[in-house]
Amino acid sequence: MPTRHDAAAPPVKGGAAPARPPAESASEERRRARLSRRWQRDVRWSPYAFVSPFFLLFVAFGLFPLLYTGWASLHAVELTAPTDMSWVGLRNFTRIFDDEFFWNAAKNTLIIGIISTVPQLMMALGIAHILNYKLRASTFYRVVMLAPYATSIAAATLVFVLLFGRDYGMINWFLGLFGMDQVDWQNGTWYSKIAVSTVVIWRWTGYNALIYLAAMQAIPQDLYESAALDGASRWKQFLHVTLPSLRPTILFTCVVSTIGASQLFAEPLLFDANKGASGGSQHQFQTLGLYLYEQGWVNQHLGRASAIAWTMFLILIVVGIINYVISRRLRASS
Amino acid sequence: MTTTITKPPADAAPEPPENGRRRRGPKAARAGGQHHAGPVAYVILIAFTLVSLFPLFWTAVAASRDNARLAETPPPFWFGANLFDKIEVAWKDANLGEAFLNTTIVAGVSSLTIVFLSTIAGFAFAKLKFRGRGALMLIVIGTMMVPPQLQVIPLYMLVAKLDWTDQLQAVILPSLVSAFGVFFMRQYLLQALPDEIIEAARVDGASSWRVIWHVVFPAARPAMAVLGMLMFVQTWNDFLWPFLVLTQLGNPTVQVAVAGLGRGYTPDQALIMAGALLSTLPLLLVFAIFGKQIVGGIMQGAVKG
Repeated sequence: MPTRHDAAAPPVKGGAAPARPPAESASEERRRARLSRRWQRDVRWSPYAFVSPFFLLFVAFGLFPLLYTGWASLHAVELTAPTDMSWVGLRNFTRIFDDEFFWNAAKNTLIIGIISTVPQLMMALGIAHILNYKLRASTFYRVVMLAPYATSIAAATLVFVLLFGRDYGMINWFLGLFGMDQVDWQNGTWYSKIAVSTVVIWRWTGYNALIYLAAMQAIPQDLYESAALDGASRWKQFLHVTLPSLRPTILFTCVVSTIGASQLFAEPLLFDANKGASGGSQHQFQTLGLYLYEQGWVNQHLGRASAIAWTMFLILIVVGIINYVISRRLRASS
Repeated sequence: MTTTITKPPADAAPEPPENGRRRRGPKAARAGGQHHAGPVAYVILIAFTLVSLFPLFWTAVAASRDNARLAETPPPFWFGANLFDKIEVAWKDANLGEAFLNTTIVAGVSSLTIVFLSTIAGFAFAKLKFRGRGALMLIVIGTMMVPPQLQVIPLYMLVAKLDWTDQLQAVILPSLVSAFGVFFMRQYLLQALPDEIIEAARVDGASSWRVIWHVVFPAARPAMAVLGMLMFVQTWNDFLWPFLVLTQLGNPTVQVAVAGLGRGYTPDQALIMAGALLSTLPLLLVFAIFGKQIVGGIMQGAVKG
């Protein structure tokens, strides 16, 4: 106990023997009081010192930009002169309502979001279920299915562009073996969305499978045992034990995937490199993220881009609230 | 005292997943392996494995060919002779040497800083009592939900104003905010760090900083390693923001450099694939070496999250 040793050290300073005990206890008390004040101050303020770097950075690079985007959305600002802001009120927002490209991008984002998220999460569930069995080399599968997650969006999209090539792509060649016609993956309204979604699905399925697997491993074994005693088949066990236990995790992955889908940018940008930010010749796979970039950096209207950003944010909040309400309903009904 | 401090990391450090499995107890072990997988399960798994790996394999195959061969049907399934030529050209054309150096600096600085800041903040949230803790934690969680598009416009204005275009600090600074990191470390430390150890150190008169250095860091080491790797991967692959503030021929990161390879009317496909391959290779190596730990980290974060 170093504190006490410290406190015991000073008596050397003490004067005459009879006076010693009171003097020592007084100085010791002062010392203790000082130490304990310092200690208390440390206990009281150090938590703030530990969290403040994060919050300082957050305010500077997270909160301030978020609010300033809102401020900029009420102005006309050009990319070439970002400091020249002229007030336009809500015009950037009212414009959005008549902007067919915005709604096209919103629709594309929603469609790509659904066709990339739903199959992805369902496959992830299935794979997680299999991984939850006793397996040989289980670590191997887990690591390998993270390889797409380690691959950068740019690298993944570029190789899928080749695989999805209309004339010489491997996927069309493969489909041709079954007598199917060549598919124009870049220009088809639906096909292009499917192709862009494929990149997303490829990169994220394994990652989500691992998250589901972790949740499955946390399900208490006795739930399965009692279900088995009741004569439930394995499929029934999956439906009535596994799925309900995974509900919070599934909701969590849905939220994360929704946010991810709303941010899709690099995949559609690189999917047709020569069309760039327009997202295909007919804007058929232009997402909101890409449209924001087109408005802000190609058309150079930062004010309008800011309004798009905030509209996206508001839509996300609405989606989040709906998600929350649904999950509460589900919880209440179970 | 010293023995108590060093003991937890000594057995926890090499194997974060082990750690998690042990805490969940023997029950989880049984739940994880109640039935043996049948042949169908293996077929599905192996098919999935092949689908996961094939695009990567084929990236290398395509990089070893040329436009003429890639425009034939059936497409090539095995390596040609051009791999090293294409890699060499891609390296020069896309400014990849500089790009690798830049990305290593960006990803290294940000992941180290994030790990350090997240550990101390996560420790405060997990183990220290203070006013406003709950509200601040809610802010952290809320921050994870804000899409980056809402931040890029003002940050871009700022970068333009400071004349930081093509400078690495423009990419590094905003990337240091990681709510996920704080959350991840908090979740880990809640369970991995017993209150008694902190109290014992306190009774010994240790200041908060000493507690951080001698108790928290050793106990958090496995989670710090995993978070560091996850953040390294994330910053390495970050696209939108570097793409906005760095230019391909100025001072690019790998992603920006590789994205620029695909332009033009008759792009050299093999060259693009060589660039894509190079850009991903370092991360694949990291995963090949630390895959088990990363898997464990992702799964651990998931259960508690």
